[in-house]
Amino acid sequence: TPVIQALWRPRREDYLRPGADTTAIMPAVSKGDGMRGLAVFISDIRNCKSKEAEIKRINKELANIRSKFKGDKALDGYSKKKYVCKLLFIFLLGHDIDFGHMEAVNLLSSNKYTEKQIGYLFISVLVNSNSELIRLINNAIKNDLASRNPTFMCLALHCIANVGSREMGEAFAADIPRILVAGDSMDSVKQSAALCLLRLYKASPDLVPMGEWTARVVHLLNDQHMGVVTAAVSLITCLCKKNPDDFKTCISLAVSRLSRIVSSASTDLQDYTYYFVPAPWLSVKLLRLLQCYPPPEDAAVKGRLVECLETVLNKAQEPPKSKKVQHSNAKNAILFETISLIIHYDSEPNLLVRACNQLGQFLQHRETNLRYLALESMCTLASSEFSHEAVKTHIDTVINALKTERDVSVRQRAADLLYAMCDRSNAKQIVSEMLRYLETADYAIREEIVLKVAILAEKYAVDYSWYVDTILNLIRIAGDYVSEEVWYRVLQIVTNRDDVQGYAAKTVFEALQAPACHENMVKVGGYILGEFGNLIAGDPRSSPPVQFSLLHSKFHLCSVATRALLLSTYIKFINLFPETKATIQGVLRAGSQLRNADVELQQRAVEYLTLSSVASTDVLATVLEEMPPFPERESSILAKLKRKKGPGAASALDDGRRDPSSNDINGGVEPTPSTVSTPSPSADLLGLRAAPPPAAPPASAGAGNLLVDVFDGPAAQPSLGPTPEEAFLRFVCKNNGVLFENQLLQIGVKSEFRQNLGRMYLFYGNKTSVQFQNFSPTVVHPGDLQTHILSAPPALRSQVDGGAQVQQVLNIECLRDFLTPPLLSVRFRYGGAPQALTLKLPVTINKFFQPTEMAAQDFFQRWKQLSLPQQEAQKIFKANHPMDAEVTKAKLLGFGSALLDNVDPNPENFVGAGIIQTKALQVGCLLRLEPNAQAQMYRLTLRTSKESVSRHLCELLAQQF
Amino acid sequence: MSWDEFGECMRFMLLFSRQGKLRLQKWYLATSDKERKKMVRELMQVVLARKPKMCSFLEWRDLKVVYKRYASLYFCCAIEGQDNELITLELIHRYVELLDKYFGSVCELDIIFNFEKAYFILDEFLMGGDVQDTSKKSVLKAIEQADLLQEEDESPRSVLEEMGLA
Repeated sequence: TPVIQALWRPRREDYLRPGADTTAIMPAVSKGDGMRGLAVFISDIRNCKSKEAEIKRINKELANIRSKFKGDKALDGYSKKKYVCKLLFIFLLGHDIDFGHMEAVNLLSSNKYTEKQIGYLFISVLVNSNSELIRLINNAIKNDLASRNPTFMCLALHCIANVGSREMGEAFAADIPRILVAGDSMDSVKQSAALCLLRLYKASPDLVPMGEWTARVVHLLNDQHMGVVTAAVSLITCLCKKNPDDFKTCISLAVSRLSRIVSSASTDLQDYTYYFVPAPWLSVKLLRLLQCYPPPEDAAVKGRLVECLETVLNKAQEPPKSKKVQHSNAKNAILFETISLIIHYDSEPNLLVRACNQLGQFLQHRETNLRYLALESMCTLASSEFSHEAVKTHIDTVINALKTERDVSVRQRAADLLYAMCDRSNAKQIVSEMLRYLETADYAIREEIVLKVAILAEKYAVDYSWYVDTILNLIRIAGDYVSEEVWYRVLQIVTNRDDVQGYAAKTVFEALQAPACHENMVKVGGYILGEFGNLIAGDPRSSPPVQFSLLHSKFHLCSVATRALLLSTYIKFINLFPETKATIQGVLRAGSQLRNADVELQQRAVEYLTLSSVASTDVLATVLEEMPPFPERESSILAKLKRKKGPGAASALDDGRRDPSSNDINGGVEPTPSTVSTPSPSADLLGLRAAPPPAAPPASAGAGNLLVDVFDGPAAQPSLGPTPEEAFLRFVCKNNGVLFENQLLQIGVKSEFRQNLGRMYLFYGNKTSVQFQNFSPTVVHPGDLQTHILSAPPALRSQVDGGAQVQQVLNIECLRDFLTPPLLSVRFRYGGAPQALTLKLPVTINKFFQPTEMAAQDFFQRWKQLSLPQQEAQKIFKANHPMDAEVTKAKLLGFGSALLDNVDPNPENFVGAGIIQTKALQVGCLLRLEPNAQAQMYRLTLRTSKESVSRHLCELLAQQF
Repeated sequence: MSWDEFGECMRFMLLFSRQGKLRLQKWYLATSDKERKKMVRELMQVVLARKPKMCSFLEWRDLKVVYKRYASLYFCCAIEGQDNELITLELIHRYVELLDKYFGSVCELDIIFNFEKAYFILDEFLMGGDVQDTSKKSVLKAIEQADLLQEEDESPRSVLEEMGLA
């Protein structure tokens, strides 16, 4: 292949001089028919010396074309084609075209290929979904589809895909599947049909009838023609996303296709080999398809797939087969997609760590593109518990990238990754590096860095003096980018933690000494000294008069809002330090305050002055008392970061998987579910005109463990902060409750089960004040459980307003016994950032239990009947909860079995019986639970007629005590 | 409208010159004229401001932009968040190869004067924002067949006829 870059030089571009001879600048060879009139027109336009001249020339041409189209003389096809092309060219220059559509329709109805082609081009470039026109061309399209002429058919399919409107879907969605799977369709037609159908399906899935063709589509994965497979995979992927169960067979087909490609030699695939890489596009698409599903259940398929993934990782270490960048790009495209799949599975620690090592190599690659992608991909790896530690080993490289990368988008990725890999062990290092970076950071990303630093500092603060220092540093370095949320937050934290108040007062006092300090520093300083200035007043260097004159020296340079805040500080000083009263009253009384043009300042001055003059010391002390602790809310900084654009901005914090053992994850819950708004600690809250602060703090949220409360939830409300897995387990013995909750979203579940049927109501609550977009919860069934979603419209594919709740109803039918629960996949966009989570739906086999009462005699008889070793499952385990007989009883009943009294000779033991109802079969179950209070242990025995059911029930139930 | 839930695809492809002249635009998702113009203007500004050797990917609005410069011309694709950047970069390259093979040492002028051909080639290669066939041979064969049909359709005309004087 020639080196394109060298060939792609501006050959004739150099000849172009304004006013040059028109003929000289036309391409020497015009390919195809060469519509000379068109070329002349294009040259004319290119020769125009000014925008005005160009417009004049265009208007002249438009008038000409209009008259030709309106003229009496019928135009021949060629002229029509030429004029329509001119209109297209004018349109591409950025001018509006409002005529010529009829002529284009005329052209595409022609039997001549070139006319047809131009007609279709005009329609696809100019028309989006003008339904009037679509109706006109529908007939022509129908004819072309039926023509059996493959070129005509492809043109028609292209046009349908290009317009892609609902009308198009209504007219053709039913025909295209037939063309796609017809035995006599040419390969090229099949390819176009697959992608055309994909487009229609994306636009209006309801219009595409599922049917017998779907099974045949899946088998296109086996097609001889690589082009057909390439086109079909995209369609199949899309179908899988919507109906994962119906297309499950594609997993093994995709794996075997992938395996054949991955193991083929670099020349096996002929024209589908791209720079010595076999079928890179197809490989990437297959890997994407597999990401619609959890890891294959079939061990052989899974083994083969893991082998493929390993081969790709191995190949990355081999020397390149070509020095061309195309070779390495294609190879690495497959590698990155492989890593995405490994991350998606998140279940193979070995592969995850290998992926991480590979990305680590790329972090130092000379290609900027690879460094960028490696940083991006590692961000996701950082949130997997298997690879978080491995990612952390690259901290120095990433810090170096932040310092030395020349491209801001790469530095941004490095900052994202540092944020994602941060935990208690490296927080100080990362925060200090980010602060250092902030000094020279690009303006475009400063605000985001500030937010991230503020969040990390708060989240991982061990001592709060470090936190206060960090925030003050933020203001010092990038004061302009420190938003209200950030400095409000530091005030809330200082107010709520009495062990840091003295330090904060001392530190702001020192910071205010700087001759030029940022206005945000004045705000923070003013507020903190107004509240806690007394804590440093003992030192003569920061005596009350010194504090006051320091603050007041900044007063005149500040904005109205800051001056208003400072006035409130002054009145607080009068209460804290009676010795400053006279001076401050003097300031308030000054004409510049009492008659200030700003009504807010004037009112404050008047009110504060009067208050200080008429109120007794006691009243003053009550009114100006220290602010009570702030009620706990979600950190408003975190909310702000989430609102900001950028995928992954907040995902690291939202991800509940990470570091599940520690208490510092954010997958938990905010204790106050209602709002995200932050109480403004600006002057109003100091409480002269306003009533007392909005909400009294909960007694438990004392100043002692503020951060824990803010971020962890469990400390404040133990029932609300389980990991998704814990939440899932709790549902084994109950049907209603909260399945998931983070700072954005709460998912509640109500369900009822009867025989082999169940109905589940899912409630999705948007906890933020911002609308979720494209909110789409879908159910994926990896197991044998067939779940039909009967009614989902209110929650599917829609928006969920801030604070609103939507409901989804699932009707469930248990066809046969199963081990894995179905998955609930929830995707939406929040403030521009895509959010995705996958949860296990709390549907376990015991939900289909029907309790059975029986006498002791019957019980023992059945117990004996089920005495084959594989029918019994037994577990001896330690009690995880206090051993309370009533609780145990409730759990067993919740589990679904009947409890049989007077069966077990030992009254401490529990005996239960029930039948699991599935459509295909019924499984009788007997259970016995023997608590041993001394040893704090239980022995649980399950006997059922089916081995897998015994084991599964035993496992589920054993985790409940 | 968004296609997020169905998986990814290219949103649009733009070809523009160093001077900021748009040479080709292909939209794969219905977008109003006004919005198109705004997006084109904004994106051209962003891309033209970037220095050589910078990364070929950037985040823009809620999309990912993959671009590459060939001589005087920028090729620029907007894809969705989860799409594979590197394969998109090679998709651009494959398109350039196709143009090059068809025009023979292609340059910007070929695309200006034969914009309709550039569209036809692109349409053979991509459909609805997705790769239809990656084989250079298949794509070019389709285009050449079309050219043959064209020649059968029409006999060459004289210059005078062309000017409407005959």
